[in-house]
Amino acid sequence: MEHLLAAFLGVVAGTLSAMFGVGGGLIFVPTLIFLGSNTHQAVATSLAAMIPAILVGSWRQTRYGAVRWKDATVIGIASIPTAQLGAAAANDLSNDALRKAFAVLLFAVAVQMAVRALRDGGSSDSSSGPDPPSA
Amino acid sequence: MSRRLSVLIAIGLVAGFLSGMFGVGGGIIIVPLLIALAAYPPKTAMATSLAAILFTATAAAAAHANEGNVQWADAVLLGVPAVFGALIGAAWHQRASTRGIVLAFAAFLALVAVRLATE
Repeated sequence: MEHLLAAFLGVVAGTLSAMFGVGGGLIFVPTLIFLGSNTHQAVATSLAAMIPAILVGSWRQTRYGAVRWKDATVIGIASIPTAQLGAAAANDLSNDALRKAFAVLLFAVAVQMAVRALRDGGSSDSSSGPDPPSA
Repeated sequence: MSRRLSVLIAIGLVAGFLSGMFGVGGGIIIVPLLIALAAYPPKTAMATSLAAILFTATAAAAAHANEGNVQWADAVLLGVPAVFGALIGAAWHQRASTRGIVLAFAAFLALVAVRLATE
């Protein structure tokens, strides 16, 4: 039963990941903690678990023509060293106020994106790539 | 170095740092930054972000695996169903209107923010 729930949450995480271009850790990490991992193990396992889904999602999106691989490579490689810096900084500080400030910032970005989408309507993405292949 | 390249590198540096620091994926940071700073259409930003975090996640997972923190049985239990989810998610992404997917993304982002604040 536990495993069935975990598998279902895996599907949900993969769906969100490919749909929005995110990792899926939001769902994976709590699920793994529920399954008995500690926090370190959950983060590590979540990262490993999402790689096949990201790979398949990127492949589908590439076929659709929406991935700019050169840009993605630059961003991806640039993020590798600072991710370790950030993790080290988090271990040093573990600052609650900082996390709340970041949460407020994310929330503000979410509101701003929603307001713009509602104002502009749905027509601004016509240049997002070719139509889906018909074959 | 061109301005455009500098912007992309800056996005990667910032996304990496914040994701490492707060344990959130880089994607929720990369998508809004690509739209705001690199004039990306929203759907292209999401698809490109997915490709970008492939590098981040692989490097981070390798580092964690070296330290022996990855529980492989659980990774398979979640990771295999997630592949099916990815097929569904990519198909939904491709069919969705820009407005619809941006609103859904904003809702997701708000949820991440609330979770982060109440953790």
